[in-house]
This record gives sequence, C-alpha cells and structure tokens, in this order.
Amino acid sequence: MSTPTEIYTDVQLAVGRSFEQVRRARNLGIIYLILAGVAAWVFTGHQGSATFNLDGGRSFGVAATPLAWIVAGTLAVLGGIQLARGLGRWQSAALAAAAVVFVFSLLAWAAAPRSFAFVGMLSQSITFSTPLIFGALAGIMCERSGVVNIAIEGMLLNGAFTSALVGSVTTFWVGVVAAMITSALFAWLLAWLAIRFKVDQVIIGFFINFFVAGLTAFLDNRVLSSNPGYNGVDTLKPLKVPLLHKIPILGPVLFTQTIFVYTAFALVAFLAWAFRSTRWGLRTRAVGEHPKAADTLGVNVNRMRYRNVIAAGAIAGFGGSWFTANVGRFREDITDGRGFIALAVVIVGRWSPVGALSGALVFGFFDALKDKLGFLKTGIPGEFIGMTPYIATIVVVAGFAGRTRAPKASGQPYESQ
Amino acid sequence: MTAAIAPQSQAPDDHLHESPWIHRLSSLRLTSLAVLTALVLGAFIVALSDIDKVKHGDIGGMLTTVKDSYVALAKGAFGSWRGWSETITAATPLMFAGIAVALGFKAGLFNIGATGQMLAGGMAAVWVGFRFDLPAPIHVTLALLAAIIVGGAFGGIVGLLKARTGAHEVITTIMLNYVAAGLALWLLKTSEFQRPGRGDPVSKDIHTSAKLPSLFGFLDRSTLEIRAHTGFLLALAAVVLFWWLMKRSKLGFEFRTFGANADAARYAGMNPGRLTIGAMFMAGAFAGLAGGSEILGGVTQNHATTGLAGNVGFDAIAVALLGRSSPWGTAAAALLFGALKAGGDQMQVDTGVPVDLVLVIRALIVLFVAAPALTRIIWRLKDKGTEGGTPLFRGWGS
Repeated sequence: MSTPTEIYTDVQLAVGRSFEQVRRARNLGIIYLILAGVAAWVFTGHQGSATFNLDGGRSFGVAATPLAWIVAGTLAVLGGIQLARGLGRWQSAALAAAAVVFVFSLLAWAAAPRSFAFVGMLSQSITFSTPLIFGALAGIMCERSGVVNIAIEGMLLNGAFTSALVGSVTTFWVGVVAAMITSALFAWLLAWLAIRFKVDQVIIGFFINFFVAGLTAFLDNRVLSSNPGYNGVDTLKPLKVPLLHKIPILGPVLFTQTIFVYTAFALVAFLAWAFRSTRWGLRTRAVGEHPKAADTLGVNVNRMRYRNVIAAGAIAGFGGSWFTANVGRFREDITDGRGFIALAVVIVGRWSPVGALSGALVFGFFDALKDKLGFLKTGIPGEFIGMTPYIATIVVVAGFAGRTRAPKASGQPYESQ
Repeated sequence: MTAAIAPQSQAPDDHLHESPWIHRLSSLRLTSLAVLTALVLGAFIVALSDIDKVKHGDIGGMLTTVKDSYVALAKGAFGSWRGWSETITAATPLMFAGIAVALGFKAGLFNIGATGQMLAGGMAAVWVGFRFDLPAPIHVTLALLAAIIVGGAFGGIVGLLKARTGAHEVITTIMLNYVAAGLALWLLKTSEFQRPGRGDPVSKDIHTSAKLPSLFGFLDRSTLEIRAHTGFLLALAAVVLFWWLMKRSKLGFEFRTFGANADAARYAGMNPGRLTIGAMFMAGAFAGLAGGSEILGGVTQNHATTGLAGNVGFDAIAVALLGRSSPWGTAAAALLFGALKAGGDQMQVDTGVPVDLVLVIRALIVLFVAAPALTRIIWRLKDKGTEGGTPLFRGWGS
C-alpha cells in the first residue's frame, strides 16, 4: 500500500520530472489561468475597434472585445493543458506566444475605440531599452569572469556626466570617448580593490554608485548650472539604414534608430559569439566558474578579470553617454536607477547577452507602454502599468531561480596557491 | 572550492567583537583616519570646483572657500540647539533603516529594499494617523505598530520569495522599491488618502493625537525650527533591541550562524526558510519604523508624499557598511551621517557649496573604512589585523 506521496513520486519518476519541475509547471498553469481571467474580465470592457497606426499612413483595425474573448479562450486552454499534462518542450515557446497575444489584447482594449501609434511605440521601446542593454552587457562581462558589478548605475551616470561636460567643451564623440575612459577607470578601481585588497565587491560597487551620484550632483549644481556652456550637446539624430529602413513596420522600428541602438545590437551579437567561440570567451567563463581549474591550465585568472572589468566599464561609459545624447544635456540623477534595472536584466537574462537583450527590450516596451497608455486614459491607473515590469521581473526570477546558472565564482576573490 | 575563497573569519561574528581592546582601538583609529581622509579629499573637491578662482590661480581664495564651507558645516551640525536638532532629525531615520540593512547583513541577506519598506511603513502610519480618532498615547502606538507590521510584511515578502523559490533578495528588493513607489503614488491619489482639494499626490494630515512629542519640548515651543522628535529615542531603543537580539537571543544567534555559514546552520538543525523570512520581516519592520517616525515625528509636515522615503534607504546601506553591521557602529554611523547632512544643508545656505558634497564625503568614508589597506597606504601605517570579516555577497545561487 503506497502513501499518496509515494504514488506522486512514482508518477514523477515515470514521467521523469522532479518535484521542482512539477511545482513550476503547476504555477505556470495557474499564471495562464489568471491571465485568461484578466483578458475575459477586463479586456472585454471596451466596445468598438482599436486602430493600430503603422508607418507611412497605414493602419489596421482590431475589434477589441472579440479579440479579448479569443485570447482569454486560448490562454485558458493553454493553462488547462499545462495543468493537466504540461506542455513539455513547447513550454517556453507557448509562454512567449501567450505573453505577446495578451499584450496585444491589452493594447486593443486600451486603444478602443480610438487609434494609437503602434509602430511609434515599438520604436520607442527599443530606444528606451538601449541603456539597459549596455548596462546589462557591462554586468555580464564582469560577472562571467567572477566579479560582481553592483556599480553599473554609477558607471552609467558617470558616462552621462562626462560625455556632457567633455562633449560640450570639445565635440560629442570626444565626450563619449572620455566617458568610456573615465568609467573604465572606475571599473579599474573596482577590479584593483577587489583583486589586490580583496575588498568586498558589493561595498566597492556601492562606493562607486554613491561617489558618482554625489560628485555629479555636486558638480552639476556648482559648476554646470552657472556655466551653461559646459552642459549642452546636440541630441543624436536617427540614422536610416540604406534599403532596410524601407521595410514596412520593421524599417521604422529597427532600422531608423541612433548609432547607439545599432552599436548595442552589434555588441550583443559580438559578445554572444565571443563567449561561445573565442579563446577569450572560454577563458572568461572558466575564470568565472572555476578559477582554480583555469589557473591550473595556465590562465592568468586575475589578469583576465582586470581586462574584463575594465572593458565592462568602457561599455557602461558608452551606454551612459546615451542619456546625454538622448536629451542633449546632463541633469542630476539622469539615469534614475536604470543601472539597477540593468542588474536585474543580467539575472533575468541568465548571464547571456541575448537573454539580456530580451530582458532589456521587455523593460523598454513597458516604459513605452506607460507613456502611451497615459495618453489613452484607460481607467487603469498608470501606476499599475508602471509596476508591471517590476512585478514581472519578480515572477520571472522566482520562477526561474531554481534553473538559473550564475557564474559560480561570482563575487569571490581568487588567490593562486 | 574553499581554496579559491578569501580567508575569512570562521566565527559567526565580525572581528570587532571577538578582538581584544587593542584591536578595537586600532579599528577606531582607522575609522577616524578614514573620516579624516574623506574630509581632506572633500576639501580638494570644493577647492577645485571653485571654477572662477581656479581660473585666476587664486589659491588663497580657494583655501578660504574650503575653510568657510567646513566651518559652516560644523556650525550647522553642532553649533546651536538648532544644529543638534537637525543632526538628530536626520540621524533618526538613518538609524532605523541602517539597522534594517545591518540586520540583513548579519543574516547573510543584502537588503536594498529599505526604501520600499520605509515607504510602506510610512503610508501605514499616515493612514492610521488621519483615519482614527484616539487618545494620544494609544494613537501613536497604533500608528507605529502599523508601520512595523506593514513594513515588516513588505520585507517578509522578500524572505518568503527567497525561502520558497530561491529568488535572490538583491533583485526582489530593488523591484519591490519600484512597486512600493507605484503603490504609494496610486494610494495617494485615492479619495481615502488624498487631501481634499488637491490634485497632486499629497495625503491628509495626521491628527495631533498621533504625533510623536518634540524631543526638546522644554525649549521655547514657539521656535518651529527645533524639529527633533522623540522618534530619536525610539531609534536608540531600536539599537539596543538590535544589540539584544543579536547578542543575547537564540534567534539572533541563529541569524548570525546562518549569515556566516548557511550550510553549518542547516547542519545544526536550523530552519533556513524560517530564518530568511524572519530576518527579512524584522528588517522590514525596522525600515517601516523609519518611515513611521518620519511621518509621526512631523518631519514630513504631518503628511505623506511619494518622496517621504527620500534617499534614506540607500544612505542606510552606507550607514550599515560604515558601522560594519554592529549595533553601536550603525548608531554611530547614523549620527555621523546625520551630522554631515545637517551641516551640509547649512553649508549650502551659508556658502553656496552644494549639499551634495556630503554624499561624496560619505562615499569616501565608506570606501576607506571598507578598504583599511588603502587608508594604511595613505597614512603609512604598518600594523595589520583588522582585515577579513564575513563577506557580504555569496553569489547569486540560492
């Protein structure tokens, strides 16, 4: 005679799933049903059709209420399957598809019976995600080699300030280079104190954040505000990629952006490839996972860490100058905690460049959505839309936590024997 | 794996308390030198940012600027009853929130969420403050209890998430700060909270019966400039409570053991989930009190706005780092930072040097305290022995 728990365990063994997986699958099913409920209760509330404006005067209309019912039904079915027997290897794809149709239904509901600039919003999402991509890449570069970088915020802020000050006195791109160099110097300080003196990396990270926040605010109030000549650069204009920018929808969204966006995408692609297939990438990962093994095989662990951390600083400095380029000047606390969001993106993206890109795009999307829904007066308070990405991050981190594979040696100093 | 980890103290405590007096003195000397170094570097920043004088090479003028700023800073912090009052007013929330962060560190948890927990506690306190009509002592007590419970719940969520799913507290606390800000903004626009006739997010005023008495009530009551309130006494009591919890109670011992070595704690039969949730609840409760005392002490003019937590939550991290998470260290650090804040405000009024200088000095103090080796190099000291301590960060794994 078996107890229920034993039977449960037997069933698990039969389908080859652990308790952890079963629990996660069940939670996922519940999330589907909740989303289906929201779609059925809330999104069916607006009559009429929503007009999604595309580029070049094109647009298409969607009847909000029927769409909401279809979406609710689909999500309910997915939730049912998930609860009954799991979606197996389709799990991730189904979740992504469900998220997309859910958000689409949300947009239709919010806009009905009026219209809104759909393509404009997508384009803005990418703009808003740019600094997060750079910040997250800076985090990944450090963490993959075994150094925790809590100082992304400080490095971004320093980039914004330096590019504004130096860029105003010289030219914009000289300012950007100065931003990269100074942020790399802060990164060097992080590496030096962490490696040479084994100071706790989190403390150094917070020191950099506090120091940069204080110093830039101080200099902004004391020097820049009374000398406007020191704080004003040209805002960056979008560059159209030849031919590609003519593609409908994708053209204005992906190929009519500033040089920062193209650089971000290129850097993601480069790093994704480099981590996987270059000597540098393999050594970096070895140093971050098992420094002792790497050392035994002749890799200079600490030199590897110095290089990566300093490069990460330069990336964050470049990303920081985006803030200045975006509005044309520096102001106090212009980064507004984006560096900490980037830190979350590192983890949600599971320490991979492509994962970080996806995470950053989601945050960028919700930033843009908050902007647009403010216009549309949906009745749901903008504050809740604003909270969505943060709550979603918690759900994702909680849901994935068992499966995340952080670099094992992250945060631990190394001393060769 | 242990070979790759830096040498660290094995006892569940930091070095300050297991060292003999001579080490304490040495540590005190290092801390004083760290403060001094930070002030000297701050002086350089003040001098070099005086652009006009720098352009004219007016070194004497630059030195005068530095002297005037630091004199104003000292006067603003300690030069008068008002100075002391401002120092205490600024130190009060830092002490509560500093404990919230320090307690987390002791239990091996990095609480970046003091801002959100403080906001939650402050909103709860203001609601009890304006919603009910009760006799004074009961009303204040209830409002403080509400701050403790709601702040604690906000911290407890983090512990629960970590215990149940392994979600790292650094991420969840950062995210919950934003969630708290969003919730507070929304609440402040509801008819329950919003002051009648106002379009911006400002709450109703708390009733007089919910106010914490003034600390210097024996002075001339008509001088409204004396803002210090009895929340400061509560903060001192919280420090003692924190000390008692950590040094004298079983739970505190479990927190410290868990913080120093989670595997050892598990092996010794302690319940990691319970400890994580408990530590985060208590941390949240202390941070909630920071918000509650700001509201009930009248520092925020008796009402709540979204800015009620200010930067206290992040400053509290610096306070806990500087105080090395010990009760007395945290209290002293909060007083020092409070004095810098009060003095900095006066400095800005008197000399036009922005109060943000104080942030730079604070950051440098934290750096030099965290890296005694740097301080030793600068001052050419030889001795060693205060290095080490439990690392704050133990990787992202659960």
